[in-house]
Amino acid sequence: MSWIAECLSRVTRPMRLRLRRTVTTLSLTALSLTALSPSVLAVEYNMPVGVTAVSREIHSLHMIIFWICVVIGIVVFGVMGYAMIKHRKSRGAVSASFHENTRIEILWTAIPLLILVVMAVPATATLKDMYDASESALDVKITGHQWRWQYEYLGEDVAFTSSLATPREQINNTATKGEHYLLEVDNPLVLPINRKVRFLTTSADVIHSWWVPDFGVKKDAIPGFINEAWTRIETPGTYRGQCTELCGKDHGFMPVVVEALPEAEFDEWLIARKAEAEAALNDAGRDWSLEELMEKGEKTYATICASCHQPDGQGMPPAFPSLVGSAIVTQDIQAHIDIVVNGKAGTPMAAFADVLSPVELAAVITYERNAWGNDTGELVQPAVIKEQLSQ
Amino acid sequence: MASEQPRKAVLQASESEGATAGGAHVGEGHGSAPRGMLRWLLTTNHKDIGTLYLIFSLSMLFIGGIMALVIRTELFQPGLQMVQPEFFNQMTTMHGLIMVFGAIMPAFTGLANWMIPLQIGAPDMALPRLNNFSFWLLPVAFLLLLSTLLMEGGGPNFGWTFYAPLSTTYAPPSTSFFIFSLHIAGISSILGAINIIATILNLRAPGMRLMDMPLFVWTWLITAFLLIAVMPVLAGAITMMLFDINFGTSYFNAAGGGDPVLFQHLFWFFGHPEVYIMILPAFGIVSAIVPTFSRKRLFGYASMVYATGSIAIMSFLVWAHHMFAVGLPLVAELFFMYTTMLIAVPTGVKVFNWIATMFRGSISFEPPMLFAIAFIVQFTIGGFSGLMLAIAPADFQYHDTYFVVAHFHYVLVPGALFAILAGAYYWLPKWTGFYPHEGLSKWHFWLSVIGVNLTFFPMHFSGLAGMPRRIPDYALQFADFNMLSSIGAFLFGISQLLFLVVIVKCARGGVRAPACAWEGAVDLEWSVPSPAPLHTFEIPPQTRDGQIIR
Amino acid sequence: MPSRDHAAQQQAVARTVRRTLLALVAMLGFAFALVPLYDVFCNLTGLNGKAASQAKAAVAMEIDESRWVSVRFITQQGQGLPWTLEALDEQFRIHPGGQYSARFVFTNHADYPVRGRAVPSVSPAEGSLHLRKIMCFCFQEQTLAAGERRELPLVFQVDPDLPEGIRDLTLAYTLYPVMTPSSAGDDGAENSAGGET
Repeated sequence: MSWIAECLSRVTRPMRLRLRRTVTTLSLTALSLTALSPSVLAVEYNMPVGVTAVSREIHSLHMIIFWICVVIGIVVFGVMGYAMIKHRKSRGAVSASFHENTRIEILWTAIPLLILVVMAVPATATLKDMYDASESALDVKITGHQWRWQYEYLGEDVAFTSSLATPREQINNTATKGEHYLLEVDNPLVLPINRKVRFLTTSADVIHSWWVPDFGVKKDAIPGFINEAWTRIETPGTYRGQCTELCGKDHGFMPVVVEALPEAEFDEWLIARKAEAEAALNDAGRDWSLEELMEKGEKTYATICASCHQPDGQGMPPAFPSLVGSAIVTQDIQAHIDIVVNGKAGTPMAAFADVLSPVELAAVITYERNAWGNDTGELVQPAVIKEQLSQ
Repeated sequence: MASEQPRKAVLQASESEGATAGGAHVGEGHGSAPRGMLRWLLTTNHKDIGTLYLIFSLSMLFIGGIMALVIRTELFQPGLQMVQPEFFNQMTTMHGLIMVFGAIMPAFTGLANWMIPLQIGAPDMALPRLNNFSFWLLPVAFLLLLSTLLMEGGGPNFGWTFYAPLSTTYAPPSTSFFIFSLHIAGISSILGAINIIATILNLRAPGMRLMDMPLFVWTWLITAFLLIAVMPVLAGAITMMLFDINFGTSYFNAAGGGDPVLFQHLFWFFGHPEVYIMILPAFGIVSAIVPTFSRKRLFGYASMVYATGSIAIMSFLVWAHHMFAVGLPLVAELFFMYTTMLIAVPTGVKVFNWIATMFRGSISFEPPMLFAIAFIVQFTIGGFSGLMLAIAPADFQYHDTYFVVAHFHYVLVPGALFAILAGAYYWLPKWTGFYPHEGLSKWHFWLSVIGVNLTFFPMHFSGLAGMPRRIPDYALQFADFNMLSSIGAFLFGISQLLFLVVIVKCARGGVRAPACAWEGAVDLEWSVPSPAPLHTFEIPPQTRDGQIIR
Repeated sequence: MPSRDHAAQQQAVARTVRRTLLALVAMLGFAFALVPLYDVFCNLTGLNGKAASQAKAAVAMEIDESRWVSVRFITQQGQGLPWTLEALDEQFRIHPGGQYSARFVFTNHADYPVRGRAVPSVSPAEGSLHLRKIMCFCFQEQTLAAGERRELPLVFQVDPDLPEGIRDLTLAYTLYPVMTPSSAGDDGAENSAGGET
């Protein structure tokens, strides 16, 4: 950050602390959270300082412009308040007759202009920095889906989806809400610290927006387009964000969770993850029983399908058709596989070939064909799906 | 904002008192004027139509307000309690659409209808029959829009900004009706704008130059030009949506080679001037009220006019600041950041001018002045957060969070809506012949100010802390601020019922108002009797420097 | 009111109305003109990263051996299309000016012929202005027979005038089905015709 930021933040730090104290005392909850961790305090009511150089620059820009506004506000409202007290009719004030003054009018056009120019300089520098995504050490492709994120470590053969992990019962108020209510996922994005990571965002359906406040990264994920952003995390930890572009029914239920690991730990994690993926692929080759598939299918259905087709398979017509006794689910098995694997154009039904593993696909299709009284007794082997996908 | 009741009062008053200063008896030259319902259906009188607009917008304010309260009830606590996400999205969408197109815009058109002919000494609007038509399009449009809530799959659920492809490929079946209703509302606005331009440019009293016009007339003239310029762009964008949905075109569909981001460019090319359409007439109202109750001429009249004009022109060059996160190239990002920061300058000039008007005046604090002062303070707060949002790097953190919700509500509720309320209190004596009840008005004011700030100020904090907008449920750290906002929303909502009481009481009687109802008021409308008879200025008054000379 | 004044006033009103209506029609035309204008603007400025969607002739350029640019290819499945698209060469290190060829494999997993297209996108968007695609599967729709596997090349150059700041290019291809063969076919033909001119 430039000298202006330095200078201003030196002046404003005590004020900021005072404000922080005032606001904290406003709320008991805030106070109890403060005791938990000092970093929570900052996110409580103000923009987080974050854990990247960019997020810190943004934060100081935010604070500078905030204090500029406060100063202008004090001057402007001060003059106004003075007039309201001193120049009121009930005090016998008699109105003056002036109604223009070229000098002062030029002055109050020029001064704001000057302030803006001063402000634009550091803002431009930060923006340029944010746009330089080149020469990254790791590229992660982020795909928005209704309503989950999919992460692919490009060139590493590691990919997974990340869905909300908060149980339905907590959302429906039948269970106590956990500490990270709505900000927890089944598979967080794992990233190394101190390495430049480039995010390439796109979407499989509508527009989403991937946001982690602590990184100062927010980028829209647009179908048919690729966008980029980057970060270099400085501190290991778990960082949480959310989708910030209205993307339909469960827009509020697709959080972003990033786990930042020290470099060596990250490398180990990546190797383990690759081995896991390979094992899963081999596992797909064996023969699965109906019970195994139903058990796995129920889980997959609950995290992936239930948000539209509902836990009881009744759907929400007309947008999301019922699966109970429906032709696709109870008749031609190949048509059923096709629609789950490839999706249906022009409808919200997404393609799951890239999102789910062959085992998960086979399991969820088997589950749908046998749950809620559909009882076709038919099952799909993961090997069949695997073969169809790699044909 | 009178109901049918005050009209009767107007009729009686004008018949018993007779009319002076260009007034005339009701029904003169209209021997067989229809009465009752038919009269309202067929009226071509600018005052009647103005009243209709105001009643319509008030009822829309309450309907949109009920939707806001549904939203705030759901957000009172974390978890889903009252509504499901699907319906929540319909509520946020409808709330936005109804407040923007059904409450704020028609309220300003209503005030324009009532006051512009009175302020420029014209007998009526230039195109009275068109005026009737453009009003009656509105109830049709909004009945259609509201009826989509009952259709299969529900009403529009993609936010008032209806970004493709959520509003096309992924939209509920009712979307075509939503588009149709928006078309009708758009035509209504366009016709209203044409009428206002024709009136202001051609029907001014002899001797009244453009630079003699009251600022409300000026701001509306500029607003009307903005409407003519951008409503067709909205119409074009929603027509393309309609084609994408029903005829398989791919304007906004990436699958067919289209571009979803193009929709956002089109929408905000309309949308940003639209924001100024909702605030420029408010500037005009405040510029009438502040000098009146400061008993001092408006400071910097000419610079006010130029500032309004430059805001209007610049509003065409800032649209993509709504799209900083879509991945614009750096150059575009910088351009829109600079232009957006620049637009703060003329806006600041306006605020400084109002304060200079108050300075060394002789100020009194009647209800219209209270609302106008609250407008200046709160609109300025909205302006500050707007300036913060203009800083593109910081906008990446603010964008689509509650900070933005706080910002535009500060501009539109304690901004535009407060100016409309100020205008209503200011001109109610002219409309009904009676002063609004002083005590109740002040209760209304103070409860509104407390309610509105309690609702929207905490939203700055929840937004900075990371709460995205348009979510039906939220993480636990946002709970306190949301609870405060919800309490404030109910306080604000319920206190608007007081406004209804004030209007009804004022229409029925109270302290009689003379022709010039406020001590410092100088514009032409204060030269006709209170209540203003149905026909005024049938013989145009001779004016010089905006004042009647004979 | 003197009737002559009144008539003159009515005439003036009519004139204003005519002018505003004219402005209105012009703005409506402008709204629709914005669609092609946007395309032109994007092609000039690279605004949306689609500038490299049309075939360009190979140009003999001086190869800037002193400079490396990393080019990455990513593919994305679209819904409703039983295809996969795989970039055989995921990442290239290239010199600006040189001509390179990348291989992509399309596979139709359905047991019937299917039409689809790959929609291209480039990031950073400015980079699309300096990318010359000489041959690309993304220029037209593809029809794949039942179970067909087809390898298609992308031949491209990067202009040596690529701004210094751009050291990485990402080329993305998203698969989409061609919905109704007849109407979409016309549409597509129109598009490609527009592209070649």
